[in-house]
Amino acid sequence: MPVPPEHLLYPRRRYGMDHERYSWSMLAERAPVAWPHGANLAVWVNVAVQFFPLNQSGVPFAPPGGMSTPYPDLRHFTLRDYGNRVGLFRCIDALDAFGIRPTFSINAAIAERYPRLLERLAGRGDEILASSWHMDTLHHGEMDIDEEAALIDRALRALREGTGQPVTGWLSPAGAQSRNTPDLLAASGVRYMGDWLNDDLPYAFRTKSGELTALPLSLELDDAFIIANNLHSEWEYAEQIRDACDYLLAEAEETGGGRLLALSVHPWVLGQPHRIAAFEAVLEHIAAQACVWAASASEIVAAWTEQQAAA
Amino acid sequence: MCEDLDLYDYRAWDERPAIRWPGGAKLAFWVAPNIEFYELWPPANPQRKAWPRPLPDVQGYATRDYGNRVGHMRMMELLDRYGLRGSVSLSVALCEHHPEIVEMCKARGWEFFSHGIYNTRYAYGMDEAQERGMIEDSMRAIAKHTGQHCAGYLAPALTHTERTLDLFSEAGGIYTCDLFHDDQPTPVRVRSGKPFVSVPYSLELNDTIAYVVNKIEPRRYGAMIRQAFDRLYREGERGGTVMCVPLHAYQVAHPHRLRAFEEALAYIAGHSDVWFATGREIANHYIEHYYPRGDG
Repeated sequence: MPVPPEHLLYPRRRYGMDHERYSWSMLAERAPVAWPHGANLAVWVNVAVQFFPLNQSGVPFAPPGGMSTPYPDLRHFTLRDYGNRVGLFRCIDALDAFGIRPTFSINAAIAERYPRLLERLAGRGDEILASSWHMDTLHHGEMDIDEEAALIDRALRALREGTGQPVTGWLSPAGAQSRNTPDLLAASGVRYMGDWLNDDLPYAFRTKSGELTALPLSLELDDAFIIANNLHSEWEYAEQIRDACDYLLAEAEETGGGRLLALSVHPWVLGQPHRIAAFEAVLEHIAAQACVWAASASEIVAAWTEQQAAA
Repeated sequence: MCEDLDLYDYRAWDERPAIRWPGGAKLAFWVAPNIEFYELWPPANPQRKAWPRPLPDVQGYATRDYGNRVGHMRMMELLDRYGLRGSVSLSVALCEHHPEIVEMCKARGWEFFSHGIYNTRYAYGMDEAQERGMIEDSMRAIAKHTGQHCAGYLAPALTHTERTLDLFSEAGGIYTCDLFHDDQPTPVRVRSGKPFVSVPYSLELNDTIAYVVNKIEPRRYGAMIRQAFDRLYREGERGGTVMCVPLHAYQVAHPHRLRAFEEALAYIAGHSDVWFATGREIANHYIEHYYPRGDG
């Protein structure tokens, strides 16, 4: 039986993207971005504070890092919880030691489960961004729009109440979105999201409720991706991040346009006692560069947005 | 289904007439950037899902889109630095979506060959007319947008039917990158009876296979390329060999990977007895000088 005829029809074969969410543009062709303080490289260190439930539904797929042995998978449940109890504090100490301010992306279930932890993080004054309810509440495909709106509302409300911050940033668990996620986020007061990882700079993203800023959080430079998915060593991780930092700095200098180094950090990965020194080595390297601006995610978005408005 | 499509004859590595490349080169080296477009909302092929996650697979789509938005320019400038021309394995819909990229490659004298319409449209299950239509469409697009006659084929997402190479030959193609059985060109039997050749295109050195399937470290990728080069260069004293590095800007052109790749390219560019060629040039040279005549 031949494939259905629509397989050979191409209704979106046209100039630009095959969707309306953002405009086609090559980074190298855009007007240069200038970061505050004359910096060439904005650094966003995003530290994930996550809850992986033991009774994972796996709908529509098991989230990376989630439960993978038969119930009750205490092995992975507790390995992940290690991040919140121990690893996180090692990561924070390392960041503080090198004067690099993190942004915390938090599954809102943490507000209910570990109010003391949320209080500690909010008390630091670092930015908190929302990462849905927990790692098993995936935003996906054709999920019911009202159900998703309620999920987003519940997560944002818990984090806004728990931190006193406006909470304008969003990262979807597993980077997964439904058809409607960006529209619902914009309607809920979210201003930027990190799920679309197709760039090394922020860019404008259209929704039914106005424009969002896409602030791409690199998956290729994510600690869990390099160490847990690719099975590279912690020192290989450090080498790759240092290479990325050096490359982006050199590119910024050559082109005169600022770049973004977005590092996704999971305390259950890098916060292990045998890995933390590799994270420290990365931070030491970044802190030693002259033209680096380590900022919170919303500060980077604000700096970029102001320039777009002025242009 | 057949046990073997009987595309080529068996010939042991040390029982062949020696190939001589132009200028007495030991090795023909070519770089094949895959410049691809993946759809956010592709129709479902009955035999293979386009994306592992429910549509829209934001992570998968954005990963590929990075290649066109960010990576392409880095990869192209790197090849420029070493005077290398790419042989582009092109999702031809990109001529419409991103003509700027096609123009840049064209201005550099790069070759374009067909990699289907989109890399989210698979040949599995196509009947003969459908697959012929898709192949001819892709060749027409290359002619229209680049002025080049499309000589080579790499099936979209490596999806084939039993007829794929027959149809491509009948449409006017002369070489395929779809076969991984050798380090030298090989005559391929097609039903047209016209000269048709397999040009080595390495899956082992393909950046996507290296990084996504084998999950290797960037510096190891650079080391593998140098090791492969050293061996093929040495063996090329006996008879010319071919080395291909297939690339994807969405893999190789990340900021943590380019340094190791550049070191490997610089190493190769520092050798004298190398023919820096395109896929078409290798195929033409082989067909002109070494293609068996008369006995088909």
